[in-house]
Amino acid sequence: MPTHEHLRPILEYLWIIPLLPLLGSAVNGLLGAKWPNKIVTSVALGSTGLSFACALEAVREFFLYYEANHQAFVKQFFDWIVAGNFRGGFDLQLDQLSVVMMLVVAGVGFLIHIYATGYMAHEGGYYRFFSYLNLFMFFMLILVLAANFALLFVGWEGVGLCSYLLIGFYFLRKSAADAGKKAFIVNRIGDFGFMLGMFLLFRAFGSLDFQTVFAKAATWQPDAMGQFGTLTIACLLLFMGATGKSAQLPLYVWLADAMEGPTPVSALIHAATMVTAGVYVVARSHVLFTLAPTAMYVVAVVGCATAIFAATIGLVQPDIKKVLAYSTVSQLGYMFLACGVGAFGAGIFHLMTHSFFKALLFLAAGSVIHAIGGQQDMWHMGGLAPKIKVTFWCMLFGTIAIAGFAPFAGFFSKDAILFAAYQSENSGKALYGVGLLAAVLTSFYMFRLVWLTFFGEKRYDERHVHVHESPGSMTVPLMILALLSLVGGWFAAPALWGGPNYFADFLAPVFGNAEAAGGEAAHSLELTLSIVAVLAAAVGLIVAWRMYSGRVTRGTSTGLHKILYNKYYVDELYQATIVGPLVWLSRNVFWKVVDVGMIDGSVNGIAQGTEAVGDTVRHTQSGNVRSYAVWVIIGAIVILAIIFWPLWRPAFFVATSGGVR
Amino acid sequence: MNAPLMIFFVLAAVAVFGAVSLILQREPIHSALSLIVVMVALAGLYLLMGAEFVAAVQIIVYGGAIMVLFVFVIMLLNAGEEERTNFSKLATYAGIPLALAVTGFIAAAIARSGGYLPAAAPNGALTSTKTLSMLLFKEFVYPFELTSFLILVAILGAIVLAQREN
Amino acid sequence: MVPTDYYLILSAILFGLGIVAFVFKRNIITLFMAIELMLNAVNLAFVAFSRALGKPDGEVFVLFVIVVAAAEAAVGLGIIILTARNRHSLNVERVDLLKL
Repeated sequence: MPTHEHLRPILEYLWIIPLLPLLGSAVNGLLGAKWPNKIVTSVALGSTGLSFACALEAVREFFLYYEANHQAFVKQFFDWIVAGNFRGGFDLQLDQLSVVMMLVVAGVGFLIHIYATGYMAHEGGYYRFFSYLNLFMFFMLILVLAANFALLFVGWEGVGLCSYLLIGFYFLRKSAADAGKKAFIVNRIGDFGFMLGMFLLFRAFGSLDFQTVFAKAATWQPDAMGQFGTLTIACLLLFMGATGKSAQLPLYVWLADAMEGPTPVSALIHAATMVTAGVYVVARSHVLFTLAPTAMYVVAVVGCATAIFAATIGLVQPDIKKVLAYSTVSQLGYMFLACGVGAFGAGIFHLMTHSFFKALLFLAAGSVIHAIGGQQDMWHMGGLAPKIKVTFWCMLFGTIAIAGFAPFAGFFSKDAILFAAYQSENSGKALYGVGLLAAVLTSFYMFRLVWLTFFGEKRYDERHVHVHESPGSMTVPLMILALLSLVGGWFAAPALWGGPNYFADFLAPVFGNAEAAGGEAAHSLELTLSIVAVLAAAVGLIVAWRMYSGRVTRGTSTGLHKILYNKYYVDELYQATIVGPLVWLSRNVFWKVVDVGMIDGSVNGIAQGTEAVGDTVRHTQSGNVRSYAVWVIIGAIVILAIIFWPLWRPAFFVATSGGVR
Repeated sequence: MNAPLMIFFVLAAVAVFGAVSLILQREPIHSALSLIVVMVALAGLYLLMGAEFVAAVQIIVYGGAIMVLFVFVIMLLNAGEEERTNFSKLATYAGIPLALAVTGFIAAAIARSGGYLPAAAPNGALTSTKTLSMLLFKEFVYPFELTSFLILVAILGAIVLAQREN
Repeated sequence: MVPTDYYLILSAILFGLGIVAFVFKRNIITLFMAIELMLNAVNLAFVAFSRALGKPDGEVFVLFVIVVAAAEAAVGLGIIILTARNRHSLNVERVDLLKL
């Protein structure tokens, strides 16, 4: 079959897509300190924009390739690790799933880069910010393009690093530095599970390449429900890594603190891309997960529980970014719920739409914060709608999308998830119910945010704060994202709505037609559930309207409100049970006993021992010739003893006559 | 008990007596004289064994040159009774046991295995001077020349040491 | 017939006495004489072995030992004279400048 490489220049050099942001990062990082903002901007935007253009071209070429060959495009570029039977190569892969992820990462990333040029224009360390941001793009693209678990893990770790760097961007602030550390360390706990999962997969399949592993796994017998076979354990370990990276229970605690970073960082890393890496991994490994029903069930339950848990916390948060952070955790829970019930396509669909409206929401929040001069507490906002119209309308679009009102994007994706959950065999109805409740809460807290921020009386001091709309560099990406939040769901709408169902069909080569629901009965069920979902969103909207429009006062925090406000005291719990004992152990055992006592002690002890020996042996050098003579004789005796050893072996004392030979 | 054995015991007793006397005398000159006694006794033992050249050399060189040198130095330095200092505790306490250990070792080794050696008697030919000189100038010519070199060095050393300081 | 062992044991005894003398005497010259005594004991052993084994090599070696002893005595006594003049004493325990 002719391969026509000359027709596919980008695919042959697929590494150019991640490399461009890396170059931008290196140039800005090494040389940008002295440059004016304009040059840094052009380097950063240029590299990211070119990368996005190349990504588009790669998609076009991939379609041609797929028409000809009907398989994923995998290219091995060079051998990175070769050890015994194991080969971890720098191999990049492009299939429909990677196409979606790549376009989301590169496209939304590019828009956020543009926004950041406006948002960070007056901040110190401008070049450093864009260097880190470009570095993040590099690692994230490596993650989604990787063709084996090892390279994926490189990207996985790299985005964790960039997250740490960017959260702690204002490193002179202790809270920011602590938040960066917390994010990295909690991620690390998840990465531990991920690595164990990778080791187990290698041991079971002999390779970490996706093609090899999934092809071999497809021939295995599926584990029964409740059976913890190799596949189940490997999937659970991979999911542990996903919970760390995607902020699910119990490793979600870092995401709220991550809001210490600048808002574009929150939008890009903690909404649209990095936190979706966990979902991507689960979706990529769907072959393994479908053979391990226990793991799938765990994924679904954890996702559902996280969705409701985070939603409850978001109900009462005063900080605008924290509300959005918990909302992200909650929406990620939805994506895992989708994967857990087998609707991987729906999960990825929600991932895509979520990246649109969550990025939009974060960027709009950033615009609000920028407009009001740095204030993030909603109780000090209010009545902003007439002053910052563009921001307001964009925020409203995003809110409607996330609440799930038709025909915005969130409606289709959330609907697909709830429908799949309802149909699932393992406690599907319960999952559906909880998911529906979480949808109500989502709608409620998002509209609460809108009302507190944009309506009602002004709770800020007009004399000190001069509210102004953001510059074009910030509002244009907002409008683009708002448009995507509106239309993003249309081309993927399920057949029910007369939509072309492009998305499921598009991903069918990857996921198989697992979600093909048949028959009219399913259609009417889907319609019913959709209407219920919209009603749920409306309930949330109405309650928020009743509570927060008009005059609002901030009450005191008591009882249930207090528990939710303090995030169920989970951070304090972790501090007391895990962090505190570890710190105590490190200080009193590892530092005092092991490091000072044993390690320093043994090294110092050797020195002291030598000193003591020297001190003792010193006495032989008495200057007295007769003593020296005695030492010589002792030496002579030793030599005699050695020479005459056969003579005075213990046998010597037993046999007497005749001598010893 | 034959004659050679008796002569041996006598000479051996004289040698040991001389050695003990060397230890016990207080004046160095007396120790020197005791040493001469030991050497003469040993020369006698060499004769008993049939090594007459060695016996002669022992008397001439050892007794006649080296010991004379010792006596001259004692006279030169006016070496009198030695003062009774005892700074080394180690030597005092460990001296005799160690000496006994060494002697015991060697003696035990000899006693164990010496029975295999034939008797050291002048059976067969005496070692003639001719035989010795043949050995000395043929197989052992290299050490021989080296020892002459050694004597040269000793002479030079002695001259250097004896120089006055100007 | 004198068995060889007797000569060797006598040699060992003389050697041991030489060691005792070396350890216990304090006059430098007497120390030297103890060394000569040890050398003589060794000579006796050499000659005894030489006769027992029938080879004259041992006696040749004795000649070398005597030559070396002579050279050593010459130089050594020269050094003793100088040292005695420097330290104004013939007591070996007074020569302790290397004391730590």
